[in-house]
Amino acid sequence: MHRSGSAYARRRANLVDKPIAEKESAALTQNAEHVLDHLDLFRGPEYQQMLAKKKALFENPHDQREVERISEWSKTREYREKNFAREALTVNPAKACQPLGAVFAASGFEGTLPFVHGSQGCVAYYRSHLSRHFKEPSSCVSSSMTEDAGVFGGLNNMIDGLANAYNIYKPKMIAVSTTCMAEVIGDDLNAFIKTAKEKGSVPAQYDVPFAHTPAFVGSHVTGYDNALKSILEHFWDGKAGTASKLERKVNGKINFIGGFDGYTVGNIREIKRVFELMGIEYTILADNSDVFDTPTDGEFRMYDGGTTLEDAANAIHAKATISMQQHCTEKTLSFVEGHGHEVAAFNYPIGVSATDEFLMTVSRMTGKPIAKALERERGRLVDAMADSSAYLHGKKFAIYGDPDLCYGLSSFLLELGAEPAHVLSTNGGKAWAEKMEELFVSSLFGKNCSAYPGKDLWHMRSLLCTEPVDYLIGNTYGKYLERDTGTPLIRIGFPVFDRHHQHRYPVWGYQGGINVLVKILDKVLDQMDRTGADYSFDIIR
Amino acid sequence: MSIVTTQSAAEMKARNKQLIDEALKIYPEKTAKRRAKHLNVHEAGKHDCGVKSNLKSIPGVMTTRGCAYAGSKGVVWGPIKDMINISHGPVGCGQYSWAARRNYYIGKTGIDSFVTMQFTSDFQEKDIVFGGDKKLGKVIDELQELFPLNHGITIQSECPIGLIGDDIEAVSKAKSKEHNGKTIVPVRCEGFRGVSQSLGHHIANDALRDWILDRVSPEATPAFESTPYDVTIIGDYNIGGDAWSSRILLEEMGLRVIAQWSGDGSLAELEATPRAKLNLLHCYRSMNYISRHMEEKFGIPWCEYNFFGPSKIADSLRKIASFFDERIKEGAERVIAKYQPLMASVIEKYRPRLQGKTVMLFVGGLRPRHVIGAYEDLGMEVVGTGYEFGHHDDYQRTAQHYLKDGTLIYDDVTGYEFERFVETIQPDLVGSGIKEKYVFQKMGIPFRQMHSWDYSGPYHGYDGFAIFARDMDMAINSPVWKKLKAPWKDTPAPGLMAAE
Repeated sequence: MHRSGSAYARRRANLVDKPIAEKESAALTQNAEHVLDHLDLFRGPEYQQMLAKKKALFENPHDQREVERISEWSKTREYREKNFAREALTVNPAKACQPLGAVFAASGFEGTLPFVHGSQGCVAYYRSHLSRHFKEPSSCVSSSMTEDAGVFGGLNNMIDGLANAYNIYKPKMIAVSTTCMAEVIGDDLNAFIKTAKEKGSVPAQYDVPFAHTPAFVGSHVTGYDNALKSILEHFWDGKAGTASKLERKVNGKINFIGGFDGYTVGNIREIKRVFELMGIEYTILADNSDVFDTPTDGEFRMYDGGTTLEDAANAIHAKATISMQQHCTEKTLSFVEGHGHEVAAFNYPIGVSATDEFLMTVSRMTGKPIAKALERERGRLVDAMADSSAYLHGKKFAIYGDPDLCYGLSSFLLELGAEPAHVLSTNGGKAWAEKMEELFVSSLFGKNCSAYPGKDLWHMRSLLCTEPVDYLIGNTYGKYLERDTGTPLIRIGFPVFDRHHQHRYPVWGYQGGINVLVKILDKVLDQMDRTGADYSFDIIR
Repeated sequence: MSIVTTQSAAEMKARNKQLIDEALKIYPEKTAKRRAKHLNVHEAGKHDCGVKSNLKSIPGVMTTRGCAYAGSKGVVWGPIKDMINISHGPVGCGQYSWAARRNYYIGKTGIDSFVTMQFTSDFQEKDIVFGGDKKLGKVIDELQELFPLNHGITIQSECPIGLIGDDIEAVSKAKSKEHNGKTIVPVRCEGFRGVSQSLGHHIANDALRDWILDRVSPEATPAFESTPYDVTIIGDYNIGGDAWSSRILLEEMGLRVIAQWSGDGSLAELEATPRAKLNLLHCYRSMNYISRHMEEKFGIPWCEYNFFGPSKIADSLRKIASFFDERIKEGAERVIAKYQPLMASVIEKYRPRLQGKTVMLFVGGLRPRHVIGAYEDLGMEVVGTGYEFGHHDDYQRTAQHYLKDGTLIYDDVTGYEFERFVETIQPDLVGSGIKEKYVFQKMGIPFRQMHSWDYSGPYHGYDGFAIFARDMDMAINSPVWKKLKAPWKDTPAPGLMAAE
């Protein structure tokens, strides 16, 4: 839109950030020249009067003073205590359910179609959720179970579903997971898939790994874990009895697992670059960095990139397996360890020391020295932190998200001299909280910081109201907290629906650390310009 | 310009028939047989579109459909602002549908309004094993304590509730009594019920009838004096403000809207609805049930209308006015005349940029037919359309009032069919949902989400049409579509050719 004309600029200035009364009503009438949409249209006097009348006459509204009173009360210590005493109700949680993670993981294998056994609405939800975050297609099918399947079981849905998916979408592999419906009625995936193969839905030797992913256990990170483990188990341990188990012949490779990660596109590409700089032979497991970042060039790629099935099988021979997210891979790593791998789990490493530790572990495992180029990159991250840390030192942050992300961000903030005062993870448990406490104790800046496992964003609201912080880090839903409490939101997490292309930029590696630093810093400096005294509107910062 | 416009109707029909036959070839025999009934080429003059609908989706084909919970919580109940909807069961359903539908409302979120919040009982394994009724009771108590200004609570059942045999009705009644007769509505919208969102609408309508309308005391003192011009808006979810840009027209013509179902609606409005003289029904699919009920029980007539595009808006305003006296009839003409210059300027600006462009739609509710007129007002042509969860009566309305001869019809389209159809027909625009958006944009086809208005809107009413026109133009005429092919791909370098 080329609307730099002064008339338009004046009009915009007139509309933005001013009470309705001050706005020229003429600027708020629909017109073809500068079409007004929902952002401005309803601010005009005609609509305002209409809405006021609707409220007064028909809505049976509470007295405005009562609304204000409750609003103020909701920000008090007293309310916080009631809020934290909740035992049954969850309000605005920061977690999703298992099959979302399973679909995410399955999408990372070459030519693989995720197949969710159960109600079809769930699949519509997972696809929408992933598409809204990545701004990419998300392909997945359902076995479309309905009421009769609830009574008789979903075997026929599995038989037909596999046959259809196989014929229509020609996947190299179909990775099955479940919705809670199938779990509640107890459908047996192993038996169902066997029967489907006997009935010729797919060839007997065709790869159909499966994972039970009940939505009422854990969260999307659990689903990621279950799905990934099921795929490795399928290839390594005899394909559900249809092949012989693989015999491990150790090679020099390492396996890398990213975990459920909203930044998978940028992060996995960054990790590949780092490994290549070090000359490491590696296999990325569940590599969905391409399928969630396909080009617009006239062709829709339903499948793109991904870990090849051959690589998934051969991953058994690797000497070691690394996971970037401990809580996404508890079962997977223990399975891999059971096959003789050395394993290492990180907690979403962000920043200098976490990346150091990651690289040193990789170096030790592979015997390859850390590349000189990476040393320079490290120096650049330290350089950037030295340049900027004055603006972050002593600043208080609240963070929420998946357990590993929370840990990684907190450790980076501590390196910057900032305080991650409230760290909340709806899908974090007691062990996670203990680990967070250890981290806080390890730093001077962690003294007044607390971890909140199993809490939701309505708890976070009480925290922000009663123990305010300077900034909030979280996903898109944090914008409600920003609006309610005035705490500026820095969007890092999943999902990010209302900002574009964040997932293309890595947050891992030293380069990723710089990206995170810049993201935080931009918000801090913007905030100084926006809220500081007029004379503090400095041109150099 | 797409290839369609260069073809005659007969050629187009033959091409579309062939397209259907080719698409069906991919399926196993049983599936091909079933899918064939959902695909057709419209013949002018026919009473319906000649497709089967509202049948089970076939496993594994990649349907775009959702579930009953989506139809109830997501569509019907979700937009009511002063009630709290509990997503009862595991965390996911509420999470994925959290604030995704853009049902605008005026209110203080978390204090007296709750639309963009996610309340869930977050079922754990023990709740499945031992039942969730006790937990539900506690959830309601905690809501009452922490959100005292809520006007009512609904229980939106997720799949496990019906499977484990919970008695949410008993909990609702007990808790309602405990909390001084509070409106607490149990809704049996488990996702496995029915074949799509559609049964969820019906179940939600029935719950509204049984737990709200049936419980309004006839002796209750009305909060307002009735007038002969009291109407309601039914089946407008105020996506991007749609109900507001509709309401303003009704009020300008002299009517008074006493309730909005359910966008920016409130419990008081739902309860007052039996006092309306006429129910105005926009989304027939999701709220015809309650409209029919009110006709039977209270004798309130209902009138379908279409507020997309000036032609249909004018028709609808006159149709609505025909239920009233001269004052309202004059009012309708006055409103049509008032907006005529705006409509003329919008069409003057955008029609030259959109004339002859072709559109393929695949949406839910009323849109696969309702928006056709708006496209035609801009000189565009809808060459394919289908319903995600329509019934036979939707296809009848579509055939009788909207379609051109030869239009390709696809009910509950599969991912594969939609791609093949679009790939061959090469329309200038596809209007569908988020799951389809990026598929077609990758193919280089301009796209608008026609569920969420692609985060724009409103599209209803005269004010909305200006936005609709702008948005279709910005999609189709975006310069980005000229950048798909790298320039060196067009004319291979001579050196490279020689080397081959």
